[in-house]
Amino acid sequence: MTNPIDAGGAAAVSTMPASAPLRVRRTNPIKEILRPLGQLLIFVLGSSIVMALITVALALILRPTRDDMDMLQITLILLPQVLIDGLVLGFMYATIALGYTMVYGVLEFINFAHGEIFMFGAFAGVELLLWIERTNGLDVGNLAAYGLIIVAIIVGMVISGLLAITTERLAYRPLRGAPRLIPLISAIGVSFFLQDMMRFMQSAINGDFYRTFPDFGPFGKRITLFSMPLDDRTIDIAIQVKSLIIIIVAIIMLVGLNYLVNATRLGKAIRSVAQDQRTSSLMGINVNRIIALTFLIGGALGGAAGVLFAFKFTRADPYMGFLPGLKAFTAAVLGGIGNITGAMLGGIVLGLLESFAAAYLSIFTNGAMGAEYKDILAFAILILILVFRPSGLLGSKTTQKA
Amino acid sequence: MGITLQTTRKVDAQGDGQLLLELDNIHTYYGKIHALKGISLKVNKGEIVTLIGSNGAGKSTTLRTISGLLRPREGEVRLDGKNMANVPPHSIVEAGIGHVPEGRGVFPGLTVLENLEMGAYLLRNHSELERRLENVFSLFPRLLERMQQKGGTLSGGEQQMLAIGRGLMQQPSVLLLDEPSMGLAPLLVEEIFNIIDRLNKEQGTTILLVEQNAQAALQVAHRAYVLEVGQISMSGLAADLLHDPRVSEAYLGL
Repeated sequence: MTNPIDAGGAAAVSTMPASAPLRVRRTNPIKEILRPLGQLLIFVLGSSIVMALITVALALILRPTRDDMDMLQITLILLPQVLIDGLVLGFMYATIALGYTMVYGVLEFINFAHGEIFMFGAFAGVELLLWIERTNGLDVGNLAAYGLIIVAIIVGMVISGLLAITTERLAYRPLRGAPRLIPLISAIGVSFFLQDMMRFMQSAINGDFYRTFPDFGPFGKRITLFSMPLDDRTIDIAIQVKSLIIIIVAIIMLVGLNYLVNATRLGKAIRSVAQDQRTSSLMGINVNRIIALTFLIGGALGGAAGVLFAFKFTRADPYMGFLPGLKAFTAAVLGGIGNITGAMLGGIVLGLLESFAAAYLSIFTNGAMGAEYKDILAFAILILILVFRPSGLLGSKTTQKA
Repeated sequence: MGITLQTTRKVDAQGDGQLLLELDNIHTYYGKIHALKGISLKVNKGEIVTLIGSNGAGKSTTLRTISGLLRPREGEVRLDGKNMANVPPHSIVEAGIGHVPEGRGVFPGLTVLENLEMGAYLLRNHSELERRLENVFSLFPRLLERMQQKGGTLSGGEQQMLAIGRGLMQQPSVLLLDEPSMGLAPLLVEEIFNIIDRLNKEQGTTILLVEQNAQAALQVAHRAYVLEVGQISMSGLAADLLHDPRVSEAYLGL
C-alpha cells in the first residue's frame, strides 16, 4: 500500500485515477432473512438443550427424595410438552420485548405503557372477531378461520401502532430534553390512563370489563407430534394448532423486523438515530419522524403479540398487559436492552424458564412449592444472570476509538 | 505549524463570485448565554472561507446555527437568497448545506459503507449514489479498504476522512467543516488540508472552514473572518490576514 500521508508525493495525489476500482460489497438481502432465522434456531435449540440438561441433572440428584414415583421418568415424560409450552410463551415475550428494546434503542427511554399498547391490540382483535360473530357468525370454514385470525392480528397491529404513535406525540415528545425521570413518570401515567380508559369503555358498553376470545375454527385441535410409552399407557406429545400459529406468526414478525432494521433504508435511519440523533439530522433524516416510526413499529409488534396472547389464553382484560409487559421488559434487559437479537433470545429464555418452573417446581420440591411460584424462580434466575452479565446476555459495551 | 499545499494556490476565488451563503446579523443564545452577537458573513460560490478564532469565540456555534442545530434568536441565514433560519436541520441539508460536525460524528455501529450511504440518505438515485461513492473512494482510498469495518473501530484520522467523505456524499452546495484537523497527527493534518484544497480546486466545492489551526486555514482559504467572543473582529483576504501583525500575534503564535 502506498502511504497516502506521504507529504512528498505531490504527484501521487493529483494523478489519482479518476475512477478507482470500486468493489462495493453490499450485504445480500436474503442473508438478512436467513441470519435471524438461523439465530432463532440456535437460540431455541440452545436454550432448550441447556434447560433440559439442567432439569434432568436436578431430577437425577433429587431422585432419592421421592419413593412414590420415578422422578427421572416423570421429568423426561413432561419434558417435550414443557419445552413446547415454554417456546410458545417465549415467542410471545420476544415479540413484546422488541417494542421495549426498539424504543430504548432510539430514545434510551423505557416505554412503560407498552404493556397497555399490547392490551389495546388484544382488545382490537377480540372486538373485531366478536363483531364478526354478531353480524355474520363465526361458523366458517377452516381456511376462512385462518384468514380471520390474520385479519384480527393485522387490526391489532394497526390499532396498537397508532396508539403508540399518539402516546409518543402527546405524552413523550413534549418532554424530550427533560430529565430522564420525567418521561418515565409520564409513561407510567399513560399506562394507568390506558388501563382505566379501556376498563371504562368496556364497562360502559358491555357491562363487563373483560372480553372472551370467540371460540371458532380448528385452533383448539391438538396435533400429535409423537407418542412416548409410559408403563402400560402411551403419552402423546402434542401441540395445539393455536400454539403453532403463534409460533409461526411470531417468527414472521421477528424475521420481518430484523430485515426492516438491517436491510432497508428506514432501518439504516433507525440505527443511525439510535447512535447519534444530532448527526442523523445532519444527514437529512427527520429525526422526529424516525422516532415516531419506531414507536409505530414497536407498537404494531406489541399489538400482534396482544392478539396472540388473547388467542392463546382466550381472554382480553384491561390489566392483561401488566405482567406480560413487565416480563417482556425483563426479557429485553436479559438479552441486552437496545439489542434486537438480544430481545429475541431474552424472550425465549424467559418463556422457557417460566414453563420449566411451572412444571417442575412441585415435583422437585415434593409439593412444597407449586406452579404459582414459577415467577419467583424465573426472576431469581434472571437476577443471577444479570449479576454476572449486567449488560445482558448479548449486550455489549460499544467499542469506540476516540 | 505551517503546511505545504500540493497545488499552487490562487488568491482569487474561482467561482463567478456569486453570493451563495449569507449570515445577516445572527444572534444565537445557549440558554441565557449570548453566544453570537450579531454575526454577518458571506460565502461566495467556489470559495474557501475560513472562520478562525480562539476557544469559545463562537466558531462552532456559527456553523451549528447555519445547519439548524441551533436556532438564532435574531437575524437571517440565507442560502441562495432564501432564509434558512428556523428551518429544521433535515430540510437545511436538503437545501444544500452539508455540515461535518466537530468531533466527526461518525456512526460507531454502522460500517464505513453504511456511514457513507447515510450521507446520501436523501438521494434515491442508485447510479448517482455509486458515482458519489466512487468519488469519495478515489479521494480517500483508505476508506475503500475499511469499507466493511464499523465506524467506531477506525483511527481518528480515518474517522475524519469518513466524516468528510460522508459530507461529500451529500454533494452540498456549501460544505461546513468544523475543526477537521482537531486531534490529528501533523502529517494527517497536512493531508486533510490538502484534501480540502483539492476538493475546492478540482471539484469546485464551496467550503466554510472553522479551524483552530489558523495558519493552515489561512493558507488554504481565499477569505477569512476572525471571530472574537461572538463578534467578527476582522475580515479580509486570507493572504492579507496571514501577514497581518494583529492576527499573527493573537492566533499564529509568532
